[in-house]
Amino acid sequence: MAQLTMVAALNKALDDALRADESVVLLGQDIGVDEGVFRVTADLLKRYGEKRVIDTPLAEGAIVGGAIGMALYGLKPVAEMQFSGFAYQAYHQVEQHVSRFRNRTRGRFGVPLVVRMPYGGGIRAVEHHSESREAIYAHTPGLKMVIPSGPRNARALLLASIFDPDPVIFFEPKQVYRSFREEVPDEPEQMPIGKAQVVREGTDITLVSYGAMMRPTLEAAEDLAEQDRVSAEIVDLLSVAPLDTETIVHSVRKTGRAVVIHEGPRRCGIGAEVVARIVEKALLHLEAPIRRLTGYDTQFPYFARERAFLPNADRIAHAAREVLAF
Amino acid sequence: MPRKRIEIKPKVEYLSILDGDGNVDEALDPRLDADRSLHIYRLMVIARRLDERCINMQRQGRIGTYGPCRGQEAAHCASVVVLEQADWLVQAFREPGAAYHRGWPLETVLRFWGGYEEGCRPPDGVNDLPIAVPIASQVPHAMGIAWGMVTKNDPHCVLCYCGDGGTSEGDFHESLNFAGVYNLPLITLIQNNQWAISIPREKQTASETIAQKALAYGFDGIQVDGNDPLAVYVATKEAADRARSGGGPSLIEAVTYRLSVHTTADDPKKYRTDEEVARWEKLDPIPRYEKYLRTRGILDDKLVAEVEEDALRDVAAAVDRFEASREVDPLDCFKYMYAELPPELAEQREEFRQALEREGYGKSAGGH
Repeated sequence: MAQLTMVAALNKALDDALRADESVVLLGQDIGVDEGVFRVTADLLKRYGEKRVIDTPLAEGAIVGGAIGMALYGLKPVAEMQFSGFAYQAYHQVEQHVSRFRNRTRGRFGVPLVVRMPYGGGIRAVEHHSESREAIYAHTPGLKMVIPSGPRNARALLLASIFDPDPVIFFEPKQVYRSFREEVPDEPEQMPIGKAQVVREGTDITLVSYGAMMRPTLEAAEDLAEQDRVSAEIVDLLSVAPLDTETIVHSVRKTGRAVVIHEGPRRCGIGAEVVARIVEKALLHLEAPIRRLTGYDTQFPYFARERAFLPNADRIAHAAREVLAF
Repeated sequence: MPRKRIEIKPKVEYLSILDGDGNVDEALDPRLDADRSLHIYRLMVIARRLDERCINMQRQGRIGTYGPCRGQEAAHCASVVVLEQADWLVQAFREPGAAYHRGWPLETVLRFWGGYEEGCRPPDGVNDLPIAVPIASQVPHAMGIAWGMVTKNDPHCVLCYCGDGGTSEGDFHESLNFAGVYNLPLITLIQNNQWAISIPREKQTASETIAQKALAYGFDGIQVDGNDPLAVYVATKEAADRARSGGGPSLIEAVTYRLSVHTTADDPKKYRTDEEVARWEKLDPIPRYEKYLRTRGILDDKLVAEVEEDALRDVAAAVDRFEASREVDPLDCFKYMYAELPPELAEQREEFRQALEREGYGKSAGGH
């Protein structure tokens, strides 16, 4: 076991995959010599050579479109988008082709590729570098949309994504990249995609979140326990498509109350989906209306305002208290 | 600090072997053997007859919107034959003769335009991509397949079709740029049929040829008479040989003409003249090639009649097979979404199943 940051854990997953399977290739802008702008691909070019760790020209569409061709030819490409805010130049490939190949070829061709990208605010980045648009991918049929929250599950989910027969959009919460360390086993491990995790057991209220918002959610739960003697259960979604209805609903049936937390915009966001599923499956177990604590339906502000904008532990605890007091 | 001209080496070849009247340039004639020569002819005729049948069927409401290839048969039928089985074909949507050559049954064309995903399923053992509707977005896939060949050290190539309108899309440029950088075995064949729906070639690009666009990406482009099967064949064969031996990518501009509508939903009278169409009718690739084959003693009246008869029979049989296999299970829309059906989709599938059952779907004749 080693204490790793998320960046190191992701690097380990890529290393594990490249070593385990010759058909795994990485491609993206600055991922080779420069080792990725966040250094997620550190040392990999040296270890595996330029045929497997490929520095590409600047062209998101060709990176993802080319990865489709590679996948169809039997490789397992892992494409890196430098930031999720620049992946829109490739979104047409994702929507028009990545998500559709298996269905339209009636199962003849799947596209087992992974598109990794850093997302979310909190690192004082420039315009277009801080958005949280997982809902777009979760809304696109045919994709899997995975978002780890810590080093250990990041490594295990990335490995599972690379060896998944279907295309996976893998959002990396860049705020968490180096913000804390966690024990990560030396041996490769995988986690199933589409399963949420109850990361904190509780009886009074369910807090549902994922990605970078898991840290303030955990803090809020600690605060609620200390200040209010409230026992909050926390569900970490880990995968927003498919979404693990069972784990969410099971928890809410137990607690009767819920707050859903994410940094992406509220309208048609993941929170809306979570609330809808709770209402469909557990309405009569609810003791109070469900609250959504999310980013607002505005542009993500430039970084001078981002700390004020992003959901934090105080706001999460406040929302929980309101639901508890209903 | 000079201001000077940088010497680049621009080269855009133009190739024509068979003129509009079917006269051949003996020095350039590839002198294909009788079998191959006839095979190209058969492909062109079958593509034409299928095309005519599809338009009729669309008018009768038996299939949906259809995009014809009339006039463009030489550009795809004479290029596809250079492929070996391990090579890949990446289609746009106006190349039924090419797909047929590669082993796609004729009825897959009808299935696609008839509204069935089955028209996109490559037959087992055929590693081609299906029709691609969004413009030029298939070119990166072809480039990626070629990249896979380089990664695995496989000496094969990819032939990708795209239209003149597609050359304005970023995907076309990004793919050719990557192909140049990584020296990929990619042949991009542009079917320059002069019209991208209503936009003429002159309004599509200000460059004199489409072939010259290759120069920007570090390889050669060639313009060929796209209604001349011999020129198309020679250019594609050279490109394929070069690609398979590590010589990298090629861009071929096949100058041809869409004699028919863009799709059956289009009325070209709004944007082009009958005179223009009549001018191109005279350059129709099929009679030109027929005349050439007769001169070479490969084709005679009897064989022409036989080829026509075979084509009509094969197309009719494909229509029968298509119409006999229209019954499909609507629940199939869940079947191929993922390798394994996620629980949330399983639930939706069950909801859909119950709705169909309630509505008595499939119990009445037809069931569509």
